[in-house]
Amino acid sequence: MNNTVTQERIIALRKKRSAQDLRFKYYGFIAMCLALAVLVFLLYSIFSRGFTAFQKTTILLEINYDQEVLKLTPDSTEKEIEKGKFFKVKKNALNNVFENLSKSDAKFIKKLFSTNIDNEIKNYFLNNPSVLNTKQKLWVTAHSNVDQMLKGNASRDVPEDRRKLNDIQLSFIDQLVQENRIQKEFNNFFFTRADSRHPEIAGIAGSFMGSLLTLFVVFILSFPIAIGASVYLEEFAPKNKLTELIEVNISNLAAVPSIVFGLLGLGVLLNVFGFPRSTPLVGGTVLALMTLPTIIIACRASLKAVPPSIKEGALAIGATKSQAVFHHVVPLALPGTLTGTIIGLAQALGETAPLIMIGMVAFIPNIPTGITEPSASLPVQIFLWVESAERGFQEKSAAAIMIILLFLFMMNALAVYLRNRFEKKW
Amino acid sequence: MKKIICFLSTCLFLSSTSLFARDYISIVGSSTVYPFATLVAEKLASEGMKAPVIESTGSGGGHKLFCAGIGVEHPDITNSSRAQKDKEFQLCKENGVTDIIEVIIGNDGIAFAYSADYDYGDLNLTKEQIWQAMAKDNKNAPKTWSDIDASLPNVEISIMAPPPTSGTRDAFDSLVMKKGCVKEMLVADGDCKKYREDGHVIEGGEKDELYVEHISKEKGAFGIFGYSFLSNNTDKVKASKIDGVEISMEGIQDYSYPIARPLFFYIKKAHIGVIPGIMEYVNEFVSEEATEDYLLEAGLVELSPSDRETVLDAVNNQKNYK
Repeated sequence: MNNTVTQERIIALRKKRSAQDLRFKYYGFIAMCLALAVLVFLLYSIFSRGFTAFQKTTILLEINYDQEVLKLTPDSTEKEIEKGKFFKVKKNALNNVFENLSKSDAKFIKKLFSTNIDNEIKNYFLNNPSVLNTKQKLWVTAHSNVDQMLKGNASRDVPEDRRKLNDIQLSFIDQLVQENRIQKEFNNFFFTRADSRHPEIAGIAGSFMGSLLTLFVVFILSFPIAIGASVYLEEFAPKNKLTELIEVNISNLAAVPSIVFGLLGLGVLLNVFGFPRSTPLVGGTVLALMTLPTIIIACRASLKAVPPSIKEGALAIGATKSQAVFHHVVPLALPGTLTGTIIGLAQALGETAPLIMIGMVAFIPNIPTGITEPSASLPVQIFLWVESAERGFQEKSAAAIMIILLFLFMMNALAVYLRNRFEKKW
Repeated sequence: MKKIICFLSTCLFLSSTSLFARDYISIVGSSTVYPFATLVAEKLASEGMKAPVIESTGSGGGHKLFCAGIGVEHPDITNSSRAQKDKEFQLCKENGVTDIIEVIIGNDGIAFAYSADYDYGDLNLTKEQIWQAMAKDNKNAPKTWSDIDASLPNVEISIMAPPPTSGTRDAFDSLVMKKGCVKEMLVADGDCKKYREDGHVIEGGEKDELYVEHISKEKGAFGIFGYSFLSNNTDKVKASKIDGVEISMEGIQDYSYPIARPLFFYIKKAHIGVIPGIMEYVNEFVSEEATEDYLLEAGLVELSPSDRETVLDAVNNQKNYK
């Protein structure tokens, strides 16, 4: 009698426990779904806004490369061509976009084109000098206002005084569309040009180079120092209070907010040592300081993971301690070290806050070529574009976010690949 | 030991002389002037000059960096959306920056704007009404605009104002908060310029774009920002009339629009000739080609002809402003 009661209770309890188990499983599932939904929403909002930036609008323009107007001859040198009167050629071409344009209409037409088209006309000529005295049809970049209107980012249904383009300009655009003289094409400027105040010709090449140069400085500084520090701490340092203190502080440093490193850069690198502001040299140094603890921790973990028997075997056959460490332990720990370094670099790539302090949040319309030249970096470029007044920068900043995400994804994929390819299981 | 001495001497060398020469102009300062300065910089860069580097640090931050001293590690020019304060001039003097040229580049109006999606009819606010809506030391503490005046819309007061480091804030304070201050409504020992802290006035950042985003989404929200942002976003936001005057280029130029102010930049005279290109940059900035064409298009309101002459005189003769 008593026995059956106990048994029933046990069964009931078990049911309850397994129900609990099931519930917990569902909670976990819901949590994961929520996280995924947030991620998908984020990616969707970025991609839906950003993908249009990979296209630009161009308009077909007939250009008469008349040597009288250009003040050039067939044997002009490149230097003379640089000084050719291309703006006059452009003016003539713009006046002939449609027949019988009045003066005021010509003014409106001019605003449909990018300010950069002089250069486009000139560059075409530099590449094909034989077109002198011929008429050429060129696809030239349209103004950002036209671009945004055709992409649907700016509405054309609002009253005229609230639009960037007036009714006459809209009718011109419609006519161009009808005559197939306006098209969308791949936006090569986005990948080949540096920052600009004109959205239609602004690109990420400058900030991308800046990021690469900065990461180069970070790598050069942090990798050897991190390996040195972790090898010393792991293999050579005496175990005493001092080394313990250092170990604890390295872990603490890894959690210090990045802006603090920016302040350090401003106070020490710029003010005491007089490093040039806004350059990858300072940015890289600051970010190297920031990522050092992360890399040291990863390095030490992978050094620890090498079985002691390998080092002991080397020591047993007469190797010195440094031979044992550098011939056997460090090479075996290298894949883990590299993974840690790449993850540290990825963290440095996405950092903006310390760069504000050392002046890398700046407008730089050139592509930097060295580490002592002023440059921006990718996250900074996004920051600058988001706050710009012109509508065209909205899609540009979303597209730049896509590029930085892709870059990060590739770095992490490389880290995973290196780990899987070279890691040894003992 | 030898190595340590070597290291220390290198450090000393680095700190005493700046190892790095600079062959480009370094500019800091106001976020309101930034869009215009970058346009000029890009124009020069496209003509083959080494592009100036421009940082947007806010007017206050700009003067601080500018006045830190003479030498390539310090900026050559600072942009400012207000005149340099005496305190800042003193700081400059203490650090050896005694010769400064002031250039007024044009005028800017401050818009009191709201979402273009809401129709409040012909909204016209007076400075006094704006002060009542924003001041902390107003006895009445109105909750809605109709609490201030029955003719105003019955929507909750919600205003996004610039932070204290902003030059726009300085100008707004002296032009609206001080002039619009209604003494009878002020609590005893009250301060005209203090903003409410009960949620009806929100302090935004230096980023004007966020103001446009914020007010275009929230019904009844107002924002305070420069004219160039208004003119670039007319499909999203529109501005209230102030004391019966609509914000416009002409109104800002002749100061008939009540919240208009000049924009400046300051040049360190000691750097002219040392850093290449400073005068080219300045001359391009004040040239007619710039002020009547691309700067005007970007929303910088031209100076009146007489003001322009004074500025050109100061630039051409490199006159100290103080």
